[in-house]
Amino acid sequence: MARKVTTQRKVIMTAIAWALGILIFFPILWTFLTSFKSEADAIASPPQFLFFNWTTENYAEVQSRSNYLSHFMNSVIISFGSTLIGLIIAIPAAWAMAFAPTKRTKDVLMWMLSTKMMPPVGALIPIYLLFRNSGLLDTRIGLVIVLTLINLPIIVWMLYTYFKEIPGEILEAARMDGASLMKEIVYVLTPMAVPGIASTLLLNIILAWNEAFWTLNLTASKAAPLTAFIASYSSPEGLFYAKLSAASTMAIAPILILGWFSQKQLVRGLTFGAVK
Amino acid sequence: MIAPSVLLLFAWMIVPLAMTIYFSLLNYNLLSPGMESFVGFLNYEYFLSDPAFIAALINTLVLVAGVLVITVVGGIAFALLLDQPMYGQGIVRILVIAPFFVMPTVAALVWKNMFMNPVNGLFAHLAKAFGLQPIDWLANAPLFSVILIVAWQWLPFATLILLTALQSLDEEQKEAAEMDGAGAISKFIYIILPHMARAITVVILIQTIFLLSVFAEILVTTNGGPGTDSTNLTYLVYAQALLQFDIGGASAGGIVAVVLANIVAIFLVRLVGKNLEA
Repeated sequence: MARKVTTQRKVIMTAIAWALGILIFFPILWTFLTSFKSEADAIASPPQFLFFNWTTENYAEVQSRSNYLSHFMNSVIISFGSTLIGLIIAIPAAWAMAFAPTKRTKDVLMWMLSTKMMPPVGALIPIYLLFRNSGLLDTRIGLVIVLTLINLPIIVWMLYTYFKEIPGEILEAARMDGASLMKEIVYVLTPMAVPGIASTLLLNIILAWNEAFWTLNLTASKAAPLTAFIASYSSPEGLFYAKLSAASTMAIAPILILGWFSQKQLVRGLTFGAVK
Repeated sequence: MIAPSVLLLFAWMIVPLAMTIYFSLLNYNLLSPGMESFVGFLNYEYFLSDPAFIAALINTLVLVAGVLVITVVGGIAFALLLDQPMYGQGIVRILVIAPFFVMPTVAALVWKNMFMNPVNGLFAHLAKAFGLQPIDWLANAPLFSVILIVAWQWLPFATLILLTALQSLDEEQKEAAEMDGAGAISKFIYIILPHMARAITVVILIQTIFLLSVFAEILVTTNGGPGTDSTNLTYLVYAQALLQFDIGGASAGGIVAVVLANIVAIFLVRLVGKNLEA
């Protein structure tokens, strides 16, 4: 570990890495900056980076024109709702597979993973028609159902990898001390499982928030979450860069912050525990 | 306790699939309800012989391959760079990972309007600053533009996973190689790359699953066009079902997409299956 690193090398590496990092991040930064410009400044030539008249009018405009907050709430309800229901269904399954594995546990896990490989267009048409006929089209409930199902395999897998790391001996010790099953779950298992459940929750909220196949195809206006609302800017009228930027900034900011907190869990969750 | 999850997923997988297969054998258009009739494999014949299908198939494969090459090569480079000693490593990491959290519709529209627009986009300004003629990216190189946008979204994912793998490499192993006189390149080929092999296969597997179904980026940028130049299979099926209301034909397309995804999946799972044991 004690390799000497010359300061010169470190400075050069720092410069390269920062330059590339800023380059990758630039579209987000540019969107953020543009959201505070007037529409005229947003398309000014040459482009203005910092020295323009900062204004927050775009944010007010986006809200007053299209009731932005209701779409925001749709996103919140759909992503939190589908994640919570998914957790309720997945926790017992992951639990059983981690603590009472059978010969087929691994096959079941692999099978669950394989359901993720079915392309959504294979299910689009029947789901669309079923939803249309049962009045679920453009409802939050409908989207919560679909997103719960598509993320369920990831939730089960992620919980499973966390639960598996809880040593079984601790449970045995508690049992020997005469703890009932209820006490065992409440006092011994739950505290140890909370971090894993929390990370799973976080990652799935991120995935559900950004899901853009089903949300685009199954909503029109009422239940449209932010993914679908932003898509309405693809057929623009007049000058709209600043407003698009303001709407985009509000749509990605909460998830960007959650995401930065969950970097480590992200790797584990998205690789089904294969890379930690 | 496993039953609810298994049953739900089983239903989710089987019911729509069975219905899609059933619809694919019907002449069924939403514009003429009540006129459904059984036509056997006619829809498949039409779909598979449609020039748009061949175009979409090629576009799908080019899109997946293009994004994979950019993100895996770029990801390895970024991971190696971020593993070097530097100032403010944590902040650079945050900057690089950020695009992954941007929702697809936002990413696509920001790139389309604020970067690739031939009049007001930053690329156009940049071209003019160098005295060049700005190009209309989405009209002249639609598939390439979509690849660029999608690669920007997935580069962070590859980087983060490869960096995590790289950081678990034993420092002493690298030192030992150095003492044996290994140069930077042979160290990379014989020690670093084999160590990352598993993470690279995982990145390829997971990205392929998502990339086969790219949809939002195409919908809000090019609408699959011009012509079918940026239409992939997912988009083609969507267009046939929800724009032309041809349920039978679109269902046949959906089944073709499922078969294709399964071929790719079998191939990939063989490759990485044993790595996924938790």
